[in-house]
Amino acid sequence: MAVWRVKFTKTKRDKLAQVLWILNWFSVLTGAILFSLGIFLKVELNKQEEMMADRDIHYVPNMLIAVGLIACAINFLGGKICYDCVDTNKFLRWKLIMLPYIIFTFFFTFCVLVGALMCYTMRGELEESLNLGLTQAMKFYKDTDTPGRCFLKRTVDILQIEFQCCGNNGYKDWFQIQWISNRYLDMTHKDVADRLRSNVEGKYLMDGVPFSCCNIDSPRPCIQQQITNNSAHFNYEHQTEELNLRMKGCRQALLDYFTHIMQSIGLTVLIIWLFELSVLTGVRFLQTSLENVLKQGDPDSESDGWLLENSFMETARTNLNIIKSLGKSNQIDDGNNGDPNINVPSTSIANYGPDNVPPKEAPEAS
Amino acid sequence: MVVMKMKFPFQKRVQLAKGLWLLSLSATVAGALTFSLGCILKTELLRRAEVMDNSNIHVVPNTLMIVGLASLGINYFASKICQDALDAGQFPRWKNFLKPYFAISSFFTVLMLLAVIMSFAMTGSLEFSLKVGLRNGIRFYKDTDTPGRCFQKQNIDYLQMAFECCGNNDFRDWFEVQWISNRYLDFNSKEVKDRIKSNVDGRYLVDGVPFSCCNPTSPRPCIQYQLTNNTAHYNYDYQTEELNIYLRGCREALVNYYMGLMNTIGTAVLSVFLLQGSVLVSLRFLQTSMEAVAGQENTEIETEGYLLEKGVKETVMEFVDPLMKFLLFTNKVEEAGAILV
Repeated sequence: MAVWRVKFTKTKRDKLAQVLWILNWFSVLTGAILFSLGIFLKVELNKQEEMMADRDIHYVPNMLIAVGLIACAINFLGGKICYDCVDTNKFLRWKLIMLPYIIFTFFFTFCVLVGALMCYTMRGELEESLNLGLTQAMKFYKDTDTPGRCFLKRTVDILQIEFQCCGNNGYKDWFQIQWISNRYLDMTHKDVADRLRSNVEGKYLMDGVPFSCCNIDSPRPCIQQQITNNSAHFNYEHQTEELNLRMKGCRQALLDYFTHIMQSIGLTVLIIWLFELSVLTGVRFLQTSLENVLKQGDPDSESDGWLLENSFMETARTNLNIIKSLGKSNQIDDGNNGDPNINVPSTSIANYGPDNVPPKEAPEAS
Repeated sequence: MVVMKMKFPFQKRVQLAKGLWLLSLSATVAGALTFSLGCILKTELLRRAEVMDNSNIHVVPNTLMIVGLASLGINYFASKICQDALDAGQFPRWKNFLKPYFAISSFFTVLMLLAVIMSFAMTGSLEFSLKVGLRNGIRFYKDTDTPGRCFQKQNIDYLQMAFECCGNNDFRDWFEVQWISNRYLDFNSKEVKDRIKSNVDGRYLVDGVPFSCCNPTSPRPCIQYQLTNNTAHYNYDYQTEELNIYLRGCREALVNYYMGLMNTIGTAVLSVFLLQGSVLVSLRFLQTSMEAVAGQENTEIETEGYLLEKGVKETVMEFVDPLMKFLLFTNKVEEAGAILV
């Protein structure tokens, strides 16, 4: 009992082949789209690589790039096959390749699905990576004279301005690190000396933030220093003041940005996966109907096309047996002491043609 | 006296018609390109409309858009005409159409050239407009509670950060303006009272700049206030300090930006102009050579094509005379009417 049997007339077969040809070329385009989405994601991740600690997140764009390239190749081949399928003679040269092609493409679509799902699961690792990366970057903000870290200040400032955020979780993160380099602190000054002495590790901590945390939507000039001291500024209450500094943390801002990108990419890849699957189904129908036509002998006749010749269970069982026997082909058959040439008489009743008369034994040559 | 007479055998006419068809196709694409370049320029100018005092500069993108649309129409007809040109039976139906067509096409092509010249020549007007606009923007920076000016602060801050500039000519413009609103000044404080008293107009002026002037590439945390006071900050010399705040003025930054944009667009439109001009010249040659064929039995004879039948001056007079007669006639009617009354 075949799975999803459909009758195909000659015109229907030709039309199917032509439609599949166009769809395969369209799929090459979607493969190129997949490839470019992978490249785009890789570029975006690289732009913020200074804010990310060493975590293995590049496997997602790499997977998308690889899948995109393979999809282009597969669908290009599929297009060629479908183009030739209109003519039964040309089909003969693809006949042997088609079934392995369909099986390979079927397993490949699983890779596409995995790629789509990975886009959604990347979030957790990304958050980890950003947390560690931002903490490091803020710690080395003041080290503009250390080779290898000179531009970290600039990167963090531009990040906070561009993504409209401040600090890791919020602006209070800046209160806990020394972000003003000792080069610009007057150590002889009483205030500075007091502050350094009052800190356990000798760090110059203050309740101030860098200028890049300032919010341009604020109606008043930015208050960067003595943020928690209400009496230091006229008409200022730090608990209710929301517009002075950016309230969002940079980890949250970057995470939102990347999650948005990856959700869009994930959705696109899912749609491409469904499209590939439907094209594959069409190619399977085309293959089975053309094979049946060849079996019947008349290239213009009607034929059946199906997804699977037998039901799911039987096909699964047959395939498992094939895989098992592939494993067994190396083993020696233990009956007859391993000699395959001994004739073992069959136990079933022999059928000697229409009148069922056993043949006379040939007379021995004298 | 004929301008640019050329001989056209039948094969050459056929080649001319085919070449013209391809040329008009590419000129159509170029016309669409001109229109989109005009749109891009207009969008960019509108984005910074708050710091521009007048909109005189908008004549450049407006002209480009008009010319782009017109050239689409011109080239559409050009391609239709050259398709009919090879068929001697179809060509005569275009006869009455061609004279006004050439007049209008030449007008729009000259307009395209004018747009290019204007895009290079209007630097002065743009600079003046920006000067006044930025001065007002800086003056009204503190008025975030006045309706109509609430967003000046936001716009100026964003502008200074995006274009990496400070003030109008440079950062000292901020020293001459009170950019901190009275709402945030403590009038009981001695320091504030002193400063206001020492100023003739009673303004609170400081030698400080807003945070948006700060340069992120500076190795030290940004120094915004008491910029001219070296002793107020450790290890600081205001004359030699270059990285602390942006030294460039916003007027210069914006003029450079828009001039760069308009130069690129001007160059592209100049090449479109040359393409369009060549389309019109080829069409004129095709028209004049085909007109000589009309009425002949053998359509494959050699004919002559020219640009202008008479000299340049006479052709111009030919076009201008009916226009002048029309204007003078209406004038005479008005005069007669006035006399009668």
